[in-house]
Amino acid sequence: MIEIKRLSKSFGKKTVVEDVTLKIHSKAITSFIGPNGAGKSTLLSMVSRLLDADTGEVLLDQSNVKKMKSDAFAKRVAILKQANHFNIRLTVRELVAFGRYPYSKGRLNAEDHKFVDQALDYMNLTDMQDMFLDELSGGQKQRAFISMVIAQDTEYILLDEPLNNLDMKHSVQIMKILRKLVDELGKTVVIVLHDINFASVYSDRIVALKNGRLVKDGPTEEIINSESLREVYDMHIPVQVQDGCRICVYFNSHN
Amino acid sequence: MLIVTVIILSVISLFIGAIDIKPSHLLNWESLETQIFLISRLPRLLAIILAGAGMGIAGLIMQSLSRNKFVSPTTAGTLDAAKLGIIISMIFFTGLSYIGQILFSFAFALIGTFIFMQLLERIKFKDAVFVPLIGIMYGNVIGALSTFLAYEANILQNVDAFFQGSFTLVVSGRYELLYVAVPAIIIAYIYANKFTVAGMGEDFAKNLGLSYRTVLNIGLIIVAIITTTVILTVGVIPFLGLIVPNLVSLYLGDNLRKTIPHTIFMGAAFLLFCDIISRLIVHPYEIPVNTTVAVIGSVIFLIMLFRGKAYAQK
Repeated sequence: MIEIKRLSKSFGKKTVVEDVTLKIHSKAITSFIGPNGAGKSTLLSMVSRLLDADTGEVLLDQSNVKKMKSDAFAKRVAILKQANHFNIRLTVRELVAFGRYPYSKGRLNAEDHKFVDQALDYMNLTDMQDMFLDELSGGQKQRAFISMVIAQDTEYILLDEPLNNLDMKHSVQIMKILRKLVDELGKTVVIVLHDINFASVYSDRIVALKNGRLVKDGPTEEIINSESLREVYDMHIPVQVQDGCRICVYFNSHN
Repeated sequence: MLIVTVIILSVISLFIGAIDIKPSHLLNWESLETQIFLISRLPRLLAIILAGAGMGIAGLIMQSLSRNKFVSPTTAGTLDAAKLGIIISMIFFTGLSYIGQILFSFAFALIGTFIFMQLLERIKFKDAVFVPLIGIMYGNVIGALSTFLAYEANILQNVDAFFQGSFTLVVSGRYELLYVAVPAIIIAYIYANKFTVAGMGEDFAKNLGLSYRTVLNIGLIIVAIITTTVILTVGVIPFLGLIVPNLVSLYLGDNLRKTIPHTIFMGAAFLLFCDIISRLIVHPYEIPVNTTVAVIGSVIFLIMLFRGKAYAQK
């Protein structure tokens, strides 16, 4: 289990994350939602050690993540940030194989290759494994990155806006895969999401942030209702239930 | 394929020059031809291969670590900083030994490149072409300082001659420093996977548990070692570190474990080819190899720029 304790972070004079305390539940999808500048990505970066917190700590099974060795940490927690600046020419298989880096340091043994094969297969990329990443579409690329994270074989998978720049079809595809990772492989997935309806339909728990502070933290049903959402987004968001999914219809809302 | 090219070019390189040497001459150990072969031709060949391979690898590492296809020792101030180091050691530390000069130049190359990488981290606008432009400007600022110092000390001409990239002066006893590039290249190969991971960006690298800063620093040290040894023995070789890794990347991608061997051979082949042209064009005289490299290299570079801006930004 990951516990976030009184975490704060400032850039210059601006406090981006302020005194956030929460627990990430295992074997579930937790979505971080909130308006722009709420501190969602910063929080995710601190959990994954990409950023150092100013104060507070992140505990992974009771031990402070800052004190863990980097390759030991890389075997337990994987983070995928928005990868639009990724400009190196690797084949899909090469990229996915680098997911085994924490284990193999680049010299893959038979077991590593098995993990790579499985990860490619899981993301339906086996046919494309020898293509270069820059030959792929946005959705295929995102699948390749997620495939790398699967090969990394961590309990925790952290994703920063994985649906960015993806069309509806590919967004649904990615979210279904994340759901499968939790339901079939028992992973714990934490995602930063902008689209509240994807958060509502696919996540088990929702963490809502606003101006760096934690506003809501609970099971999806408790957060996705007009009352709670007003606190987060300062607007009236009607919620309708359709085929068991709670859908926010905010497009023509009048405060 | 590349290896065969290097072998053919090597043989050509060994048997052209002001004095006609035929393989049959070499059977006579005492002959003048054999002496020339051993003292001049063979060292020259080795120097070309080492310098070509070395500059290719230096460029490859820099492109990987800076994540920009157009960064190389010539477009990031490395060469200029190494030069400045030599000039300062010439002017202010006249009593310094050869080894001292080398270390001085190495330190400057390292610091100069390091400053450029720091600059790069602070630039928000990371356009593929903008970054090397900054590097070239930065190099020119260092170059201006070098020229000023050399001018004040009245050694401008010596300096110009010193850095003129050329293999004419390479004879046995004058190029052995280049052997230092061999372990540097081997270390680069051992670190290939780490450089590739670092080339994915700091976030990716950290995610995979790589100590990003350490790898970055090791890369810069390798680049500085290679650049210094090349500049001190044969002078400035422009463009090679820029175009050779890019040509390899076009057909092989950016996985350094795969591209390093190709870069070594293509770098050597490219420089051998340019050197052969330099020696044939005004035979029996020769023009400095860096002139040939600059002419051929700039043409390839322009082609890369025109059709490659999109590719470099992918």
